[in-house]
Amino acid sequence: MPEGTKKSVYSVCSMCTVRCPIEVEVENGAVRHIWGNPHLLGGHYLCPRGAAGKVFQNDTERLQHPMIRDGERGSGKWKKASWDEALDYIASNLKKIISKHGGESVVLGDRGGPFTDMQKAFIKALGSPNYFNHHGACSNSVHNAHNAMTGHRRNTVAYDWKNCDYCILYGRNILESIGTKEAKDFIDALERGMKFTHIDVRWNYTAAKADRFLMLKPGTDYALNLALINVIVKEKLYDAAFVERWVTGMKELVAFVEPYTPEWAEKETGIPAKQIVTIAHELAEAKPAVILYQGWMTAWTENDYYFRRSIYMLYALLGGYEAKGGLLFNKNETHTGRKPLRKLVDGVPKVNKKRFDGVGWKYKHLSPDYGLAQMLPYAILKEDPYPVKAFINYRFDPLSAFPDPEAFKKGLMKLDLLVTVDVNYSHTGWISDVILPEATYLERTDPAIAKGGPKPALWLRRQAVEPQYDSKPKWWIFKQLAERLGIGEYFPYNSAEELIEWQLKDIGFQLSDFDAKGYIELAKDQILWDRSDGLKFKTPSGKIEFVSSMLQDSGLPSFPPYESPKSPPKGHYRLLTGKIAIHTQGTTLNNLYLNELQPENTLWINTNEAKKLGIKTGDTVEVSSNGCVQTVKASVTDFIHPDAVYTLHGFGREIPQQTRAYKRGMRDNTLMGGLLTVAVGGNCPITDCFVRVKKAS
Amino acid sequence: MSEYYIYQDQKRCIGCRACELHCKTENDVRVGPSFGKIINVGPTVRGDVPRINFIFMPCFHCENPWCVSACPTGAMQKRSKDGIVFVDPSLCIGCKACITACPWGAPQWDKDTGKAIKCDYCKDRVDQGLEPACVTGCTTDALKWISPAKSSQVRRERFAKAITEEIPFP
Repeated sequence: MPEGTKKSVYSVCSMCTVRCPIEVEVENGAVRHIWGNPHLLGGHYLCPRGAAGKVFQNDTERLQHPMIRDGERGSGKWKKASWDEALDYIASNLKKIISKHGGESVVLGDRGGPFTDMQKAFIKALGSPNYFNHHGACSNSVHNAHNAMTGHRRNTVAYDWKNCDYCILYGRNILESIGTKEAKDFIDALERGMKFTHIDVRWNYTAAKADRFLMLKPGTDYALNLALINVIVKEKLYDAAFVERWVTGMKELVAFVEPYTPEWAEKETGIPAKQIVTIAHELAEAKPAVILYQGWMTAWTENDYYFRRSIYMLYALLGGYEAKGGLLFNKNETHTGRKPLRKLVDGVPKVNKKRFDGVGWKYKHLSPDYGLAQMLPYAILKEDPYPVKAFINYRFDPLSAFPDPEAFKKGLMKLDLLVTVDVNYSHTGWISDVILPEATYLERTDPAIAKGGPKPALWLRRQAVEPQYDSKPKWWIFKQLAERLGIGEYFPYNSAEELIEWQLKDIGFQLSDFDAKGYIELAKDQILWDRSDGLKFKTPSGKIEFVSSMLQDSGLPSFPPYESPKSPPKGHYRLLTGKIAIHTQGTTLNNLYLNELQPENTLWINTNEAKKLGIKTGDTVEVSSNGCVQTVKASVTDFIHPDAVYTLHGFGREIPQQTRAYKRGMRDNTLMGGLLTVAVGGNCPITDCFVRVKKAS
Repeated sequence: MSEYYIYQDQKRCIGCRACELHCKTENDVRVGPSFGKIINVGPTVRGDVPRINFIFMPCFHCENPWCVSACPTGAMQKRSKDGIVFVDPSLCIGCKACITACPWGAPQWDKDTGKAIKCDYCKDRVDQGLEPACVTGCTTDALKWISPAKSSQVRRERFAKAITEEIPFP
């Protein structure tokens, strides 16, 4: 680009998985500033991680060229490779593996999100059913709970913050674990007068803005909800017409919650019974304009699935589906009378093989859209149900995300081929055979995506600058691999532009339609379905199934008796983790500016407990579990439940190339020995981790 | 005081520090110095809930800037047209008199160049009719680029609204 030129490119952020719409200011071919896209956000608002994309782009400590390992796996010895060398290496090994063990012996792990079509098409074209993403360590229980009850995933409904009158957040730190639009919408709602109760085991910036903040005993959110349902049912505060029309299993629910009174819940949660009754009344009064946020964090336990179900039951009781101020169904292209955006995966023949992780056959109530990444090491080691020999790890880092990385690593070390495609160094990349550096989100154009919503749209991540190093865009990497493997026909394009024009063909748009605003609007106004007759629940009964037929098929009860969460053994604390606005778990810790603001995590511990242990703020403490010890500085606070300790997730990086983040703070997931398991909802019970804490000697 | 003012709406601020990041990226500030900074005050329990304030501290661009008076070389200047206080790096000798003089800690030290640097309200943007980067990028629209008079109006309107909510109509 000639000197002195300026341009502005609309695109989609990738600093975290919210993927906000952005406007990239480019000057002399380099990123000048990254703002929010005002056409979609109403202003140039953009969170700190989004703004820090500029220094990520210029960072010399990200991946710069393809690398093939030059020593033992995990030795950290690499040789620089050309793209041809690296791709040939992968293709020849994959061919050998597939001819010996079949396509199903190859698995693909993905970060997840809307940009997954190409990865899904690739693994399917290899003849493997084995696509999975990070949700086993994230929102699997939420997705699967909603799916079994209503036939919808978590994200096929949107929150109507604009009209919500009352909201409960269960450990959802919406003002620190932020998406730009959601945080602003939430603040707008508070300014408008929305009332809000925050439930958590610790105080945080979200709690600071609450009308009511209740610090409950860790893991007992489910007990609170059962008592709320108990009151709502007993006092007949529910939306009778909605329940009559759209719910099955009401009778069973009424019988089930009978013993779970507010007085019972007070003992379980530590929240006074009176308060619980008040909240139930507030919900009833505000219904259906209520939001009860479905995820994340506090009750991420063995019975998390049943807790998430209870949230959706409350929505159903309060008539909160397709209601102003409640949940609105996301509509797609077809609801605007158009044909859908073309997908690569639809052109690939169906694979009739069972999955490695048991989803669909052993676990009939869990969705193959997410799978069970946590089963991978076990499948590799036991060759059960069949040998898994190659893992293509796309922008995913199970050794950072999942509990018990040692157990995970043990499986991965036995693979014949481990390939990582990423923009950054990752713990999983570090033990890979080949690392392929993907062009950053600012350097690449990705396939267009359909963005469901009450007002559906098409979005495009568009290249703003030339690649800084020897990195390549995803569309090119997968196409190159596909051609070497004889499946090139399923990737019918030669450039990103050709691919997008191909995607847009049936829906009747062209690439240039993205130019003006960075997105294509598919509906002028919100599309709303008729609440009495037009709702689409994709269950066998077409209703919200409190008694779930899907669970029955898996041999699981819809209403198992409540079980108290495990209490920490004497001298132990429940280890909980979370996020802040400055960081996206492990992926931003080495960012020049974000690292400057928050270079390490600390361990929050309750003032009285700290006193017993002789710990003061700033002291170095040892946190231990299952023989693993991490050291970190303590933050002593009144505002955390005495049973719990808390830290920011993802710190304690162990990759020397990331000099700013290297060994700063504690790596929480290493303490979670034995938790690489499958709870009922397909999640790992990450918060069932108990640790000892002592002052470091 | 310059004719501009950054009003921070505490009710809207979530302490995310996007203002700091937008400032750093816009002005390519090195690691270490920061032109605008969020200072947390709290949490302290008010009512039943621990509250916290996030106080945004850019340069206040004073009417009689202490830093300008203290500067021996004329590097620290106040723009006559609108009162923005800024450093001319070609004149700065790195004596740190401005850093000593400012009661609010606004001037910053750039150890790589050995000169003082500071918030200039993104004057190049202001000259183009835009707002400072901290205000433009603020996640929740908590920072407003307004005149001091307008800020008074916002506070009065909010107070009026708050008290009438508590006083029922007759």
